[in-house]
Formats: sequence, C-alpha cells, structure tokens
Amino acid sequence: MKRQGPLALCFLFGIALIFTQFSPHSVSQKLYEEVIDWGLIITPFALVLAVVTLIETHITRVRRRTEHWQYSLVVFVGMAVMVLIGIPFGPQNSIVEWLYNNVQVPMDATMFSLLAFFIASAAYRAFRARTFEATLLLVTAMIVMIGNVPVGDLAWNTVLSWIPLEDGASKARQWILDIPNLASRRGIILGVSLGVISQSIRIILGIERSYLGGGD
Amino acid sequence: MLEKLMNMDRRLIFILVAVVVIIPTLIPIRLPTRVSEPAQKLYDYIEELPPGETIMLAFDYGPSSLAEPEPMAKAVLRHCFNKGVNVIGVTLYANMPTLAHGLMQKIAAENDAIYGEDYIFLGYRPGALQVILGMGNNIASVFETDYSGTAIHEIPMMKNIKNYDQIALLLDLAAGSSTEAWIVYANTRYGLKIAAGVTGVIIAQMYPFLQTGQLVGLMPGYLGATEYEKLLNAPGDGTVGLNTASFVHVLLIGLVLLGNIAFFIHRRREE
Repeated sequence: MKRQGPLALCFLFGIALIFTQFSPHSVSQKLYEEVIDWGLIITPFALVLAVVTLIETHITRVRRRTEHWQYSLVVFVGMAVMVLIGIPFGPQNSIVEWLYNNVQVPMDATMFSLLAFFIASAAYRAFRARTFEATLLLVTAMIVMIGNVPVGDLAWNTVLSWIPLEDGASKARQWILDIPNLASRRGIILGVSLGVISQSIRIILGIERSYLGGGD
Repeated sequence: MLEKLMNMDRRLIFILVAVVVIIPTLIPIRLPTRVSEPAQKLYDYIEELPPGETIMLAFDYGPSSLAEPEPMAKAVLRHCFNKGVNVIGVTLYANMPTLAHGLMQKIAAENDAIYGEDYIFLGYRPGALQVILGMGNNIASVFETDYSGTAIHEIPMMKNIKNYDQIALLLDLAAGSSTEAWIVYANTRYGLKIAAGVTGVIIAQMYPFLQTGQLVGLMPGYLGATEYEKLLNAPGDGTVGLNTASFVHVLLIGLVLLGNIAFFIHRRREE
C-alpha cells in the first residue's frame, strides 16, 4: 500500500491533466485550475524539505568533524541570522536588505567573476587543435567569440577591407547561430521532448517507479 | 622558452585578464555597433505598444549573473516608462526580489514613474511552473499581494488585469532555462507573447524559438543590452560592459592562438 497509493495518485492525476489539455469543457478547466492551485500550495513544502536536508547534512559534518567542518558552523550562523531577522520583520527590513546587498550580492558576484580568470587560464591550456573535431570546435568558437563583440567587425572592416563584405565577423557568427546551431539545437529539443513524453507515459502507467525510491 | 610558453604561469594570465577588464572599464572606448534583427524586433514591438498597455518583466537571474541582464532591464524599463507602457515585475528566483525591486524603484524615480500606476513588483513565489501556469488563470491567485504586501485588487494598475490576456508581452531576463519554461507553459498554453534577454552562454539555445516566432525578440548578452541602448540613443552599462568584454575576448583569442602555435611547434620538434 505504501507504493500502491502514490502509483494510483500519479496515474489518476497524470491521466486527468492530459485530459484537461484537450477538453475545453468547464469541468475540465475547473479541475485544471484547482490542480494548479494545489501545486502552488504543495511546492513551498519542498523548501522545508531543502532546509531540513541542509541542516541534517551540516550537523553530520560537524558531529563527525569532517574536513572543513568549521564552514558548516558558518552556514548555521548565516541561516540563523537571516531567519531570525527575516521571518519576523520581512524581506524589506533594512537589516535584511543591508545583509543581502552587502554580503550576498558581492559574494555571489565575486564567485562568478572569478570564472573569467579560470576560463582564460583553462582556455590557454586546454583549447588545442589536437584532432579534426577539436579544430572544428576551436575555429567555430573563435568566430562566434570575435563576432559577438564589436571589435570583431572593427578589425574585419579595417584589416580585411579589401574583401567585399562588410561586418564579416558578425555575419559569420550569425550564420553559425542561424544554420548549424539552430539545426543541432532543434534536433536536441526534439529528442529531449520525445524522451520526456515516453518517460512521462512510463511514470503515469507505473512502469517507471524509480521516483518512489527503493531502487526499482 | 617553448616549454615556458606552453606552461605559462596562470598568475600571468590572471594579471592580463585583470588589466584588460580594468582599463576599458575606467577609460570608456566607444566601439561601433550595429543593431541585430532580434533586438530591433523587440524594440519595435515595445515601441508600437500604445500608452497604457502592460508588459511583464521577469527578473530570472541572480546576483552572480546580473552584469549582463541588469543593463537590459534598465534599458527596457526606461523605454517603457518613457512610452507610458506599464510594467509588472516578477521573478522566479528566490534570491532576486530585493535587487529587482530596488532596480525598478531606481529607474522609476529617474523617469517619474509612479508605483501602482506605472509599475508594480510582485516578488517571488516558489515553484516556477506552477507560478507561470497559475498566473495564466489568475495573477491574484498566485500573488495575492505585491512585494510590499499591498493586496493586488487595491493596486490601481491591476484593476483591469486578471491574467495573461491583458499582458502585451513577457520579457524574460534570464541566466538559466527559465525562458524555455515561459515559452512552453505561458506561450503555448496561454498564447502570451514572449521575448528574452539572456546571458551570453545561453544565446545559442534561443535561436530555434526565434526562428519559429515563439520569441518576439531577443537581446543577446551585453551585445543585446548595447543594441537596445543604441536604439534608445542612451548608452549605459551595457555599452561599457560590451567594450570591456571586447577586449577580454581579444585577449582570450590571442591566448588560445599563442597556446596553439606553441603546441604545433612543440609537436613538430617531437616528430
């Protein structure tokens, strides 16, 4: 019964919601709206689950004194401060906003900005034309990169001005995005969509049960 | 020498990147840009909206990636406020409401736009798909109040707005896969017109939707923000950012070429 209940609910709601997509009848649409409302109510519980999991994970790290366990204490301090101020006073409280603007925003931006430095270093070391495929990728990336910034066209129109084609860098980039990129992306989208449909049918019919846990 | 070149100290690369970022940021160099068709289409679509129409602006990025979408948001908000087009701000990202709300307030103050009459900010609700689908039925069923806690039905701008039927366009400023969710659930199901302003890394993913017309227009990264600023004749953060990005791109290309030249010489010597 522990597994039959969720399987039955999944089947019932799966079939019902597919039906609502094809039926404009008021009962069908009312059901659809009702289920969306239920979804809006249920979804926040995922946040509770996430918080509980985070706390459990870090308590375990502290208890076992794993490597860098001290950082888990920082997680608790950060969480406690934001929750103790944020819940009673709301997200527009001046202290919450100050902490957000002066702690979270700069730290987030810094972490992401560091990527530019590591990408530059990694590109220098790893982006080598070792094989035909690697060369193709390298040339394509170079064209898209240089066509993506105005300096590409500036260089093209200045250095290669004898070629009777204006703004060649951005035009080459646009061709790559419009033709080979679009064709391959569309293929990926169609493949993924067909996969999603077949997987959804398997879940609704109870053939695919891994989402229930337990390994089968 | 060749060995040294092939194994260049990464600290040297870091210094080069820092120099190439800092100098163009401090000394602005105006590089010529031309407006691409997707950005022009978005501009034209908003330009042709009559005053009083409403668009929805989704701030679907976080503080880590705000460098590219924020100039786009500023440019579009300025355009809308100057045109008298109303704006509903919303976000699917939990860590974004404070930034988005502050940005809307700042641009509104610069353009004498009034909260509740010219723009509102709804804030964040968990569950992206449920939020997108729920607003298609009734915005008030998802956001009973705006970000400041005012009941939606008490806001003058929202008097005649129930769902997507009264929204002329949704512009998704994205750093992830949210645009695809808006297209699949809001455009396909409810017929809401969608446009996007995305970070450089996800531009390529948007082209199939542009070609099918599921995207009305597109602002691709810094380039898109610069193009929109050019159309408004008001260079801003996008233009500065693009100039900086230009030099970083040139540096990266130079480094990759240098690395490959060293690699080929090394390989030939080994043979």
